[in-house]
Amino acid sequence: MVVSASKEYPVESSEDIVRVRQQTRELAIAAGFNLVEQTKVVTASSEIARNALVHGGGGQATLELVRDGSKVGVRLIFRDTGPGIPDISLALKDGYTSSGGMGHGLGGAKRLTHEFDIQSTVGQGTRVTLLRWKGF
Amino acid sequence: MGQVLLITIQVDMHDQLAMTLQNDLMDRIVEHSSRGVLIDISSLEMVDSFIGRMLSNIANMSRLLDADTVVVGMRPSVAITLVELGLPMQGIRTALDVEKGIALLRHMTPSLY
Repeated sequence: MVVSASKEYPVESSEDIVRVRQQTRELAIAAGFNLVEQTKVVTASSEIARNALVHGGGGQATLELVRDGSKVGVRLIFRDTGPGIPDISLALKDGYTSSGGMGHGLGGAKRLTHEFDIQSTVGQGTRVTLLRWKGF
Repeated sequence: MGQVLLITIQVDMHDQLAMTLQNDLMDRIVEHSSRGVLIDISSLEMVDSFIGRMLSNIANMSRLLDADTVVVGMRPSVAITLVELGLPMQGIRTALDVEKGIALLRHMTPSLY
């Protein structure tokens, strides 16, 4: 996989989440995503960025354009040094996202992307990687 | 339009602004004795779980204040994404545009209009 156009953004405020959304949109457009593909990856980006801020206490987002053979995609990496997620499989369950803002949005973001990876250590932090390919 | 409040969301709101909107709206419903709320989201290119929950909250809170809520102007790309996101948009009525939204509100509360 070849990475081009990698840029890092802070996720320390709700305005930062807006900026990450906008930059994700621009990157998706640069990758040639159609409107629905753009909307899906931007929405996923918003979910995980918010997690990093609200649950992770803040962190950073790395937005990348990636290529693998003829495939083009957008990869997003969100890192925080927050409390970590004790039970990832529980956090991925849908029921966990519905109750009044206590949810993690992870399941939704996973459904909106093609590749999803989460690493988390209690007391150290969390890293979520999302990837969506164009045309799939 | 009678006692209908129309809110048009035009900016990419950050979370605090969304909370402010929600709270201001409840005050306005009471202030104007509104029985109907139309939320125009035709400018929104994206609805994530936070915005979705805000819309749900507005519908539920308005109901407690005896008002019905209709969300209008959802873009197709947003609708497609919302379903895949898996957000349960319970209690949210929708219509294609403001005109149809008012018609739906009239239908929901015929005694009023």
